[in-house]
Amino acid sequence: MTPAEKAKAPPTTVPRDGPDLTGPELEARLHRTWARPRGLIGWLSSVDHKEIGVRYVVTALIFFAMAGLLALHMRLQLARPESNLMTPELYNETFTMHGSTMMFLFAVPVMQGMQIYLTPLMAGTRNMAFPRLTAFSYWMYLSGGLMLWISHVMNISPDNGWFSYVPLAGPQFSPGKRADVWAQMITFTEVAALAVAVTLTTTILKQRAPGMTLARMPIFLWSTLVTSVMVIFSMPSVALASSMLISDRSVGTQFFNPAENGDALLWQHLFWFFGHPEVYIIFLPGTAFVSEIVVTFCRRSIHGYSVVALSLVATGILAFGLWVHHMFATGLPRVGYSFFTAASMSVAIPTGLQIFCWIATMWEGRPRLTVPMLYVIGFIFTFVIGGLSGVIIASVPLDLQLTDTYFIVAHLHYVLIGGGVFPLIGAITYWFPKVTGRMMSERMGKIAFWALFLGFQLAFFPMHISGLMGMPRRVFTYPAGMGLELPNMLSTIGAFVVAAAVLLFVVNLVNSLFRGVPAGPNPWDAPSLEWAASSPPAPYNFPHIPVVESRTPLWDADGSLRVVHGLRVEEPELLLTTVVSATPDIREPGVAPSPWPFLSTIATAVVFVCSIFSPWALVFGIVPAGIALTAWFWPKKPPPEGEPVIV
Amino acid sequence: MKPGRFTALVVAGMAVSGCGGIQNALGGQAVQSRDFVSLFAVFMVVCTVMYFVTVGTLMWAVFRRRRATEACTVETGRHEVSAPGSRTALVVWTTLIAVGLSALAVASFFTDRSLAAAARSPKLAITVTANQWWWDVQYTPDNPSHIIRTANELHLPVGVPAEITLKSNDVIHSFWIPNLAGKQDVIPGRVTDAQILPRQIGQYRGQCAEFCGTEHANMALDVTVESMADFKKWAAAQLQPAIAPTTPLAAAGFNYVTTRQCSVCHNITGTPANGQLGPDLTHLASRKTIAAGTLPLTRGNLYGWVADPQSQKPGSQMPTMQIAPQDLHAIVAYLETLK
Repeated sequence: MTPAEKAKAPPTTVPRDGPDLTGPELEARLHRTWARPRGLIGWLSSVDHKEIGVRYVVTALIFFAMAGLLALHMRLQLARPESNLMTPELYNETFTMHGSTMMFLFAVPVMQGMQIYLTPLMAGTRNMAFPRLTAFSYWMYLSGGLMLWISHVMNISPDNGWFSYVPLAGPQFSPGKRADVWAQMITFTEVAALAVAVTLTTTILKQRAPGMTLARMPIFLWSTLVTSVMVIFSMPSVALASSMLISDRSVGTQFFNPAENGDALLWQHLFWFFGHPEVYIIFLPGTAFVSEIVVTFCRRSIHGYSVVALSLVATGILAFGLWVHHMFATGLPRVGYSFFTAASMSVAIPTGLQIFCWIATMWEGRPRLTVPMLYVIGFIFTFVIGGLSGVIIASVPLDLQLTDTYFIVAHLHYVLIGGGVFPLIGAITYWFPKVTGRMMSERMGKIAFWALFLGFQLAFFPMHISGLMGMPRRVFTYPAGMGLELPNMLSTIGAFVVAAAVLLFVVNLVNSLFRGVPAGPNPWDAPSLEWAASSPPAPYNFPHIPVVESRTPLWDADGSLRVVHGLRVEEPELLLTTVVSATPDIREPGVAPSPWPFLSTIATAVVFVCSIFSPWALVFGIVPAGIALTAWFWPKKPPPEGEPVIV
Repeated sequence: MKPGRFTALVVAGMAVSGCGGIQNALGGQAVQSRDFVSLFAVFMVVCTVMYFVTVGTLMWAVFRRRRATEACTVETGRHEVSAPGSRTALVVWTTLIAVGLSALAVASFFTDRSLAAAARSPKLAITVTANQWWWDVQYTPDNPSHIIRTANELHLPVGVPAEITLKSNDVIHSFWIPNLAGKQDVIPGRVTDAQILPRQIGQYRGQCAEFCGTEHANMALDVTVESMADFKKWAAAQLQPAIAPTTPLAAAGFNYVTTRQCSVCHNITGTPANGQLGPDLTHLASRKTIAAGTLPLTRGNLYGWVADPQSQKPGSQMPTMQIAPQDLHAIVAYLETLK
């Protein structure tokens, strides 16, 4: 029996999709069922993964732009030696805001936003698992970001760096509320990231279209699965660390106070046990964008599918064994260091394998140099430099000179911009027609690409040199006459070229939104399921759930995908499948829009923000938060007519 | 190009970009930093080769001439087919990476061992204590009457291994003299150490390398590597107490410094000023800079610093006090006698 026949439940009393109910009538009825209410309350209540995903990405891009402006301000200060444009206090706040915003409010959330948008479409389902939790996560993320930036406007923003080392961030050396604002921003974003990770993992494992076995999943879903599991394992570490910091600061515990037998290095272990995987949580989605783009524009399946998938898994595992390479200068035992050197270098193997597979795919296929493909090539040119400088600083004797210098600033931007932002911009260009129904301008896209690529090299390559010439990180100025003038001036010029390129990209984005050439469902002739949905997709994604029989379903379907029938039309309903082989398992009631995730966020945000000022906020704030969560989880009415949902 | 010649070219390039410079990781003026330079050259060669192999293959894959029928694409109906020989290429590629990485890891490991070996048999014991935002320096020989205390400067005799014990009085700092050795973090509640075996006489600059608060950028250290004779001369001078003032103006300064707010924080050996919170001033005028490398030691800078430290180094622990002009003249005149 084929999966299609197995999933076909006899429609008796309730209307279901099928041969009798298809086409425009089905679509109209599904639209009534899945569309959210109009108006502000409807907007706040949305649980549609596409809407939440777009909100995530747009919000993250706004934070990216703001943190980028901070970077320009810092580059102006550093353009000349002994400059007085910024006071040291302002500079320290600025680099802290830049790093914290880029890492916690841009890089991780933008990748998760892309994953929220794409995962259900690629997996061939109607919505995320736990969509209200997804909505809650967005509101939590937004609240954390707003709190940090409002505090910046009020001049109580953190100033201890995005890593907030103790004892500098402890109560003795950072009186006031700056360090608390940072720690609570972490709390907001870790709750948001964990919530998304859980929903993505569940969606991928249980809601893939029938026939999409693990071995047929798009590479993007592999990377989403790996990064979500990484979030689940790494975030608790920073949650623990930031909670300990908050309690040291507000209720007098002494976890990190050496004078009371606390330990300053404990913070670094906990922070980097999260902080290193965090880099791969940003980078692995980037590589997955690359895999999807390469396949579409080389017109062939990815070379070495299992090699790429296993490389993602291997990187995800290795990422948890590297954190000590951030601590080579702290004086831990040398034998341990050798282990972490070897582990850090070995990450180059799975990454090198992925690069091999992309190059082999291009070699075997016929690459078309569209804008997304240019970003892929720019990514390889740039990221490989960052990867190789990573091999250099994996060596203890080399790292002891290079750590905490501008060499590291160069390295991390080559890895995060080269490995994360380049693929991201390529991916936004690639999926823009799916999201909006219009194409972005190729011409403007190409100009922006070249400006970004060349400006980036001009801004960041000289930092390798200034680092070797002895310029430490996080200094608001440097003395004249040490040879640092030229590399710093070049970096500043490059930074402004990058800013112009990003501006051009945004202009293209906004312009194309209104005036772009209309795109059909599949303008690139791509092979994965999201291109089977209309552009932009309907609230229910697919009228019938597709059946997958290969890794490139749209290329192998000859025009019409096979589909399964039998999901309810009048109530939201999802098809759950088995974890490995994706055979249809259960029909699960979908979730209606609800304002409670938004209201619960307000209640929780009040607790978090007020606890900065008094620990009693935790006691009293629990009441409204409890009420909101109770309302959210109040038992729903049973499915109509008491029909069992198991097929 | 032969690998040997390429290595030489890389080293030469590094030397050109980094020759001179009092704060330069490519300087190599001590055994520890020389080991860094040679290991770095090895890594640079391997990484440069790997980079060009990668992007060269990429460019070839993108731009190679191909026949339409040959491509393994959807159009030819062979989009699942792998090119012949690709499995061999994968094995070769993986082996190349694995062998390259293993070679680098082994080279790194041996350099690490040699650094550890060079650390044995230290001859000169120094304790450096980091503070927000300055360095307290004590030479601690076995004979306690030969303890020298100074601040923000380090004198090292060439060819003598120095063992530097590192402590912090407040937050985490990092002790770094790029021309001589790599970093060592200075962590409150822990004692760490650094080894330096200088091999070239010269003036160098060290700087705190771990973000430590407002004035992290202005926490530097003047380092003098000198001959044993010069070092002994310097050490003998440092052991002397401060000279008594001779001019009336300097005497007035002496009275102010030793009886007013200055002596709460600063020590001047041989005088009643015995504060322990700030840098030792006993031989202040023999140093090259003031305020932890922030300003060159000149009369003008001394005036500016004593009158208003908060405008010279905002956030510094030394407060700006309202000092009357005649007192200021006296203080600077006295400080200038502290050779």
